Amino acid sequence: MDKTWNNKAWFLVLPVLVLVAFSAVIPLMTVVNYSVQDTFGNNVFFWAGTEWFEDLLHSDRFWEAMVRNLIFSFIILAIEVPLGIFIALNMPKKGWGVPVCLVLMALPLLIPWNVVGTIWQVFGRNDIGLLGYYINALGIDYNYVQDPIDAWVTVIIMDVWHWTSLVVLLCYAGLVSIPDAFYQAAKIDGASRWAVFRYIQLPKMQRVLLIAVLLRFMDSFMIYTEPFVVTGGGPGNSTTFLSIDLVKTALGQFDLGPAAAMSLVYFLIILLLSWVFYTVMTNYDAER
Amino acid sequence: MARIEVNHIRHSYLPNPQNDSDFALKEVHHTFEDGGAYALLGPSGCGKTTLLNIISGLLHPSHGKLLFNGRDVTRLSTQERNIAQVFQFPVIYDTMTVYDNLAFPLRNRRVPEADVDRKVRETLDMIDLASMANRKARRLTADQKQKISLGRGLVRSDVNAILFDEPLTVIDPHMKWVLRSQLKQLHRRFGYTMVYVTHDQTEALTFADRVVVMYDGEIVQIGTPAELFERPRHTFVGYFIGSPGMNVLPVALEGRTAKLGAQRIELPGVPKAEAGAVELGIRPEYVRLGREGMAVQVSKIEDVGRHKVVRANLEGREIAAVIGEDDEVPAEPKVRFDPAGINIYADSWRVEMGA
Repeated sequence: MDKTWNNKAWFLVLPVLVLVAFSAVIPLMTVVNYSVQDTFGNNVFFWAGTEWFEDLLHSDRFWEAMVRNLIFSFIILAIEVPLGIFIALNMPKKGWGVPVCLVLMALPLLIPWNVVGTIWQVFGRNDIGLLGYYINALGIDYNYVQDPIDAWVTVIIMDVWHWTSLVVLLCYAGLVSIPDAFYQAAKIDGASRWAVFRYIQLPKMQRVLLIAVLLRFMDSFMIYTEPFVVTGGGPGNSTTFLSIDLVKTALGQFDLGPAAAMSLVYFLIILLLSWVFYTVMTNYDAER
Repeated sequence: MARIEVNHIRHSYLPNPQNDSDFALKEVHHTFEDGGAYALLGPSGCGKTTLLNIISGLLHPSHGKLLFNGRDVTRLSTQERNIAQVFQFPVIYDTMTVYDNLAFPLRNRRVPEADVDRKVRETLDMIDLASMANRKARRLTADQKQKISLGRGLVRSDVNAILFDEPLTVIDPHMKWVLRSQLKQLHRRFGYTMVYVTHDQTEALTFADRVVVMYDGEIVQIGTPAELFERPRHTFVGYFIGSPGMNVLPVALEGRTAKLGAQRIELPGVPKAEAGAVELGIRPEYVRLGREGMAVQVSKIEDVGRHKVVRANLEGREIAAVIGEDDEVPAEPKVRFDPAGINIYADSWRVEMGA
């Protein structure tokens, strides 16, 4: 097909280009600038080349945070996706229960992230927190401030509480789009409850599930606010995920060079993952 | 195969139906004989799909009983009734191949795999999809998908009945004809009890031995295609079946004659009509257009191919007449009603005529 070339069209995208330049490209370039230099303050910079990147890739601290983050993402996906599907399957399809359930489900999503963190921070405290106090009263030793396992459990439960709704709502949207005739045909064909799920509901939810997994993975890979409020990355470094580590480096220690290098690597990982998901999804669509 | 008795069944979708208009099915009492091919014909919303779903067990009726071969199945689930049903829009299992789609109802019932294979291959040949057995079902076109739905209905040979809910709506006209003849053939070969819901009269009349016409939640007439055409029991059947439908004219009776305005029409007998609004029904095929009879003003002539439909005005009433493709409309047109095609209706129901 012949394409029409018209360079005037560039003027139409110019405003967006300018906006993106100021909001993303220029800040990103300053980060690139920091990542290849060293500074001791006073705006004096020394050329460092790829030194920070080499340090970073040989840094145990970075890889530990990375592994921790991947384990965290894996655990919350393993809980939230099946749980989300299960809840969506059991939500009412019609009647007064629908709006009630939808509102209840949407509530955690509407709460600001640092508030979510604060809620759980207080909730889990073993002196005044409802949860922490009673768990200890039951004789279970629970203290998320001192015990790394308890800290992990708290952060994971908090994330499940906060984000399972998203998976539920996406799955529910997929489920209600299935025409009644499919369920009727399944009855006629003598399909079991499991077969209905496996051959009707799951295939129809496939697409929204893919989006749910993508969103939840990205979000959990970048998680910062909630664990920062609850545990501050501790005890020790046990809940220090990538972004918490990054902020510690940049603002806590004021190591701008290493932090900038870390940001760029982090950014490239996210970019790579986005590309992988994008490719998978477009291929999936093309196959349909 | 089974004889299906629909025993005084009423159904309402409302929790507390108060009067007749709350019922989607007012009262249906009818027996579908074992091995019969029935069509349920009626306009949208007349309750035909409701009746079908009651037979298959997807719906449980508010009142009445359903019997298969004399056994009460009213409260049994769809599975226990062993029924096959094909829906209006294709229902396929996306992730399965064509073959697995057809095997699904059999495998769910733990049929031995050798029998499954034999039955599926037979059915694939029947619906002409043998070459696509291993293709993913979701890649197929809409009418191929619908053929799979049909195939899933036909793959079990031990079913009590096969129900079709307007199954050919999405199929091309040419393919419709082919599939319908195949169904008819199957019926002759295996003697399935088949109930076929449709709002398309051609489909009903070509498929079924007996057509059940429904209107507003009730059965208005059950008969062979010829009976429905010649002697509609209700004026609704008259104008719903036939193209164009029957002419229905309000008349006053006077022994063997009916008076329509200033015109007098000879009747073949004396109608046994008591009170009520009396109407005369005559199909356009029995209206003779010529130089004698009642004067009409022709308003429109539609050429529909094999014949022409003349729309005319008789005593202030619209009537239609069918004339041959080569017939001419005379300069001063007049019509005569062939007595063989005259039916008299009192309050919309047909009355018999005595000698």
